[in-house]
Amino acid sequence: MAVTLKRTPFYDLHVAAGAKMVPFAGYEMPVQYPGGITAEHQVVRRGAGLFDVTHMGEFEITGKDALAFVSYVTSNDPAALAVGQVQYSCFLHESGGIVDDCLVYRFADRMMLVVNASNTAKDWAHVNRYAAKFDCRLVDKSDATALLALQGPRAQAVLQPLAPGVNLDAIGFYHFTEGKVAGVPCVISRTGYTGEDGFELYHANADAVKLWRALVKTGGEVQPVGLGARDSLRLEMAYPLYGNDIDDETTPLEAGLGWIVKLKKGDFVGKASLEAQRARGVERKLVGFVLKERGFPRHGYPVWLGPERSGEVRSGIVSPSLGEPIGTAYLPAASARPGARFEVEIRGKRLAAEAVETPFWKQGSRR
Amino acid sequence: MSKIPDDLVFTEEHEYVQQTDQPGVVTVGITDYAQGELGDVVYVDLPKPGAKFGKMEPFGTIEAVKAVSELFCPVAGEIVEVNDGIEGDPSVINKDPYGGGWMIRLRVKNPKDLDELLSPKDYAAHIGQ
Repeated sequence: MAVTLKRTPFYDLHVAAGAKMVPFAGYEMPVQYPGGITAEHQVVRRGAGLFDVTHMGEFEITGKDALAFVSYVTSNDPAALAVGQVQYSCFLHESGGIVDDCLVYRFADRMMLVVNASNTAKDWAHVNRYAAKFDCRLVDKSDATALLALQGPRAQAVLQPLAPGVNLDAIGFYHFTEGKVAGVPCVISRTGYTGEDGFELYHANADAVKLWRALVKTGGEVQPVGLGARDSLRLEMAYPLYGNDIDDETTPLEAGLGWIVKLKKGDFVGKASLEAQRARGVERKLVGFVLKERGFPRHGYPVWLGPERSGEVRSGIVSPSLGEPIGTAYLPAASARPGARFEVEIRGKRLAAEAVETPFWKQGSRR
Repeated sequence: MSKIPDDLVFTEEHEYVQQTDQPGVVTVGITDYAQGELGDVVYVDLPKPGAKFGKMEPFGTIEAVKAVSELFCPVAGEIVEVNDGIEGDPSVINKDPYGGGWMIRLRVKNPKDLDELLSPKDYAAHIGQ
């Protein structure tokens, strides 16, 4: 089967910067630039890094019932959002399993859902299944929308001079505004997936190259960062990655995402299943762990709780910030607490692991 | 373009072999191309001096951020020395694969085996360079 990979408007800039391009969620994306994943990781922890995350999907919902519709297809409560506010949420199957995690944006005249690239088609089909009952219109804007994430403690300092018409200080964490950056109309959102302060800039494809050039030129301080460091940064924060930590078979209650499940709001897809699960108690919970021995815990490695197999490593890496192996795994609920000891099997050898409080990285500038 | 020094020979699995001052003893590491493909190296597991390996038998593993790879012994022989320095700072493999990033010194069992390794020209062709 021949697969034609999509390219973002930044493709030529990535190649010119020496990026290693890899297939990811149907796109050719930069996994790293010549500096390497560890250096890029540190740029974001200490300065400001720029990610092309155009592959993310954006759905726009307009109409009288836009808010009610989004409330019905997501687990969190978008009615709690003020205009200009963002919410982390997820779509559920009727079973309570997670279709995808997403961000919900409330504009004065519309809602926007931002979804994972790997799930855009699945999500689009899923939400449309429930749209007929509502007076609203859904538009998939994914292919028309470019997205850059500027992340790091220096993000505001480098972005502000490029956005003279916008007071970035006034944009709180998980809030957004509309304004120009380097003359390019953007949705400027103080969100990210790194644990650092930062902004995500949604804009039109046609403006993408202009915006990138303006950002990377700023005093030479902003450096491009690839998907490799995006993964290590998010995992140090224990932010879930769809397909690893959460999937169709896991519920938000199991994944430690009970805080984005609002059972007291009106009806929503998956509610009955989650109510039942909450009533009887979850059987397993996602925990963060550190390996007590030298080793690299990778996705899929077997996890052992005493003599019992307990699934597999969901996410794992040697933390660039902490210098130790960290990861996530599902443990039986009774054992899923900080201090729990278990083992991760790496090439036939079982290495000691200990469940710990997350996030792993506690010094982020996120606010 | 990856660096391919003229005075080395290579395996198809991207190990290099360098002659040392000691007759019959060679230095083994991974090529510049290999470190570039692997990305940032996090850990290396190497054998102890005295261990013996056959030709293209795995002698260790290298863990990079994105993948784990086996290290293959280019020719049969006995480990006489390992580079302890890379355990503390494996990034030297990325920075200086042919120098500070060397991995093992090997006493070659059959010196003729070295003739079967790839020349710099053949290795360049092997990696499409």
